[in-house]
Amino acid sequence: MDLNYTPEEQAFRDEVRAFVRADLPQDISRKVLEHKELGKEDYVRWQKILHQRGWMAPGWPVEYGGLAWTPVQRHIFDEECAEAGAPRVLPFGVNMVGPVIIAFGSPWQKQHYLPRILSSEDWWCQGYSEPGAGSDLASLKTRAERQADHYIVNGQKTWTTLAQHADMIFCLVRTASGGKRQEGISFLLIDMRTPGVTVRPIITLDGGHEVNEVWFDNVKVPVENLVGEENRGWTYAKFLLSHERSGIAGVGASKRELKALKYIASQEVQGGRPLIEDTRFRDKIARVEIDLMALEITNLRMLAAEEEGKPPGAQVSMLKIKGTEIQQALTELMMEAVGPYALPYLPAQWSDHWLGERVGPDYAAPLAARYFNFRKTSIYGGSNEIQRNIIAQHILGL
Amino acid sequence: MDFNYTEEQQLLKDSLEKFLAKNYGFEQRRDILANHAGFSPTAWEGFSSMGLLALPVPEEFGGFGGNAVDLMIVMEAFGRSLVLEPYLANAVLAAGAIALAGSAAQRQILLPRIADGSMKFAFAHTEPGSRFDLHRVETTARQEGGMWVISGGKSVVIHGAIADLLIVTARTSGATDAKSGISLFFVNPAEEGVAGRDYPTYDGMRAAEVTFDNVTISPESLIGSIDSAYPLLELLADRAVAALCAEAVGCMGALTDLTLAYLKTREQFGVPIGRFQALQHRMVDMLMHYENARSMAMLAAVKVDSSDYAERRRAVSAAKELIGRAGRFVGQQAIQLHGGMGMTDELAVGHYVKRLTAIDTAFGNSDHHLERFAAEVRETILEPAQPKKKWKQLV
Repeated sequence: MDLNYTPEEQAFRDEVRAFVRADLPQDISRKVLEHKELGKEDYVRWQKILHQRGWMAPGWPVEYGGLAWTPVQRHIFDEECAEAGAPRVLPFGVNMVGPVIIAFGSPWQKQHYLPRILSSEDWWCQGYSEPGAGSDLASLKTRAERQADHYIVNGQKTWTTLAQHADMIFCLVRTASGGKRQEGISFLLIDMRTPGVTVRPIITLDGGHEVNEVWFDNVKVPVENLVGEENRGWTYAKFLLSHERSGIAGVGASKRELKALKYIASQEVQGGRPLIEDTRFRDKIARVEIDLMALEITNLRMLAAEEEGKPPGAQVSMLKIKGTEIQQALTELMMEAVGPYALPYLPAQWSDHWLGERVGPDYAAPLAARYFNFRKTSIYGGSNEIQRNIIAQHILGL
Repeated sequence: MDFNYTEEQQLLKDSLEKFLAKNYGFEQRRDILANHAGFSPTAWEGFSSMGLLALPVPEEFGGFGGNAVDLMIVMEAFGRSLVLEPYLANAVLAAGAIALAGSAAQRQILLPRIADGSMKFAFAHTEPGSRFDLHRVETTARQEGGMWVISGGKSVVIHGAIADLLIVTARTSGATDAKSGISLFFVNPAEEGVAGRDYPTYDGMRAAEVTFDNVTISPESLIGSIDSAYPLLELLADRAVAALCAEAVGCMGALTDLTLAYLKTREQFGVPIGRFQALQHRMVDMLMHYENARSMAMLAAVKVDSSDYAERRRAVSAAKELIGRAGRFVGQQAIQLHGGMGMTDELAVGHYVKRLTAIDTAFGNSDHHLERFAAEVRETILEPAQPKKKWKQLV
């Protein structure tokens, strides 16, 4: 038993670290480390830097521009980037629709879309959830009717993350009714600029605009934008969900946030002493840190098993549950740490361009909003209750 | 990175599990509890002939020179079978103390006897006023006419009554709570002035309250050098914690297995109760606690002999803290999911829960280790912000 990386993995880590240190723009990493808002251009700029290095799609097959990295190498890469304050690579293109196109797409789709994903020319968003179809995804109602060489799409998607920036959306749509609900679903790629597509912002409780409603009103989609076969979309959707879950534990990002928490707690004063020396608060930090240590080892155990050809399957759900619980605890503690200075609600202060008067320490400004925003993590990507159902069914056989 | 056992370790695990299945079933254990005061000479001989007692003893003294991962395998299996015999006190604590600090004579005479099971030791450190502190020692040892004279008392000495020799911490200088001034001694319980009261503990072991009334022992009874036992004590305690973590993982593994099987077979309202989502989610939470506990037991085993003191302490305390929490959760939920049956003495469930509860208290509970871990929580990344002062309507 040996918990250390091999010399090759260690060398790889050094290589990634050196790259990130040299090429991650500091204005971007500062925003991430200080919890400031990231704009579209921040994400795209970092993704283009990764693309230039050839590291945009580690999970893709080599012939499509991917890398033959091992699961451990991918973990190291994710961790190094996150700890240094790199923005997350948006998953919708490279990690979600990309692998589906590679596995089931037509030659034209591969030729057209894959290079544009790699170069971040297209910003993708995900059209799965609907007002009446959340955890019960198969009850979706958005319809696509075939008319000659087009589909006519009508309906509504919701919770569409960053759709306001998107060039393309991949959608699950109903192409047949009757029979099993899962059987009449197809997987369509839709250009967001098509007439009839409307994006409406949903403002969340933190005041942020991250998610949207996307409406389709007689939207014409060329038939060549159907992925695979008609009515087989559920299979592709399941493939997507099971395929790309590397990094779901978010260990690197949580390590970064733990450091931020300790920093804030060392600046804040309680009873005339740094808050971090207050036993009651320090214990809370320590407990999250211990939980994070356990999550990290559990994650490494699964990666090691994967390297031996034992893919993790439903065990990934454990990483999602524990990972999001830790993320939420960290945001909660950071907000708690700044006490009354969590209260001022001045979104301008946490944008990077704010040059005006400030209230409270800079680090305090975004923390309450971030706490409220992070309640999403135990809901999205299959709520933590759904994850427990998955574990109960697939691991425990209940 | 490698989470696998070596071929030898796998062999050890398989043969030990086979041995315990045959010789240490739940009913056999019940018999040991009822008729043999929690110690079965037959089982002890079995452990010895399998080489388990010799496992951590250095090779030059008749042992196998095993490491903490080997011990983890043994302790996990012992946890699954709820083994009562004092393996920890002998193979981990006594063997460790003697191998690390013993004189040449002590090693030559005593280590082979641990290895062959012919001598048993008990670790007598805790006192009524010490709780989990390793440095708080009131029992004294003073030199008189070339001999050592021990006075004081030790509490809850696990398996104290069956020990051939006690390993006793005593203060040879300094204040009661000073880290320096602690020394380690062998005391034969048959010496004049040693008195004990032997009693059962709730987890099926036995323990003793031991008093020393001017007990005179030879200079050869000292282990290591005078006044400087504290770092050794800390290392021994850390090794004990790593071993106990593995034992707890064994208990938790058994409880998750038993509970899952119960959910699949027990029927109410015409269906197995495992069909109910409220129970499924609890079972999932038990599994997650168990997996995290396993991860931390591995971390503790791998780091406990690290030469980096801070790294060792951090890993061991993190593991004990988390495993205390996990053990409580898994134990309490196991009883709850078994319903009334979980409350009975008849089922193994309660026995595992009691052992897990006792493990949390051994060598520092969750709170104690949280304190030890948290004492080092501090780090910085960003430069301090500069708030400005001026009244003005901002928005």
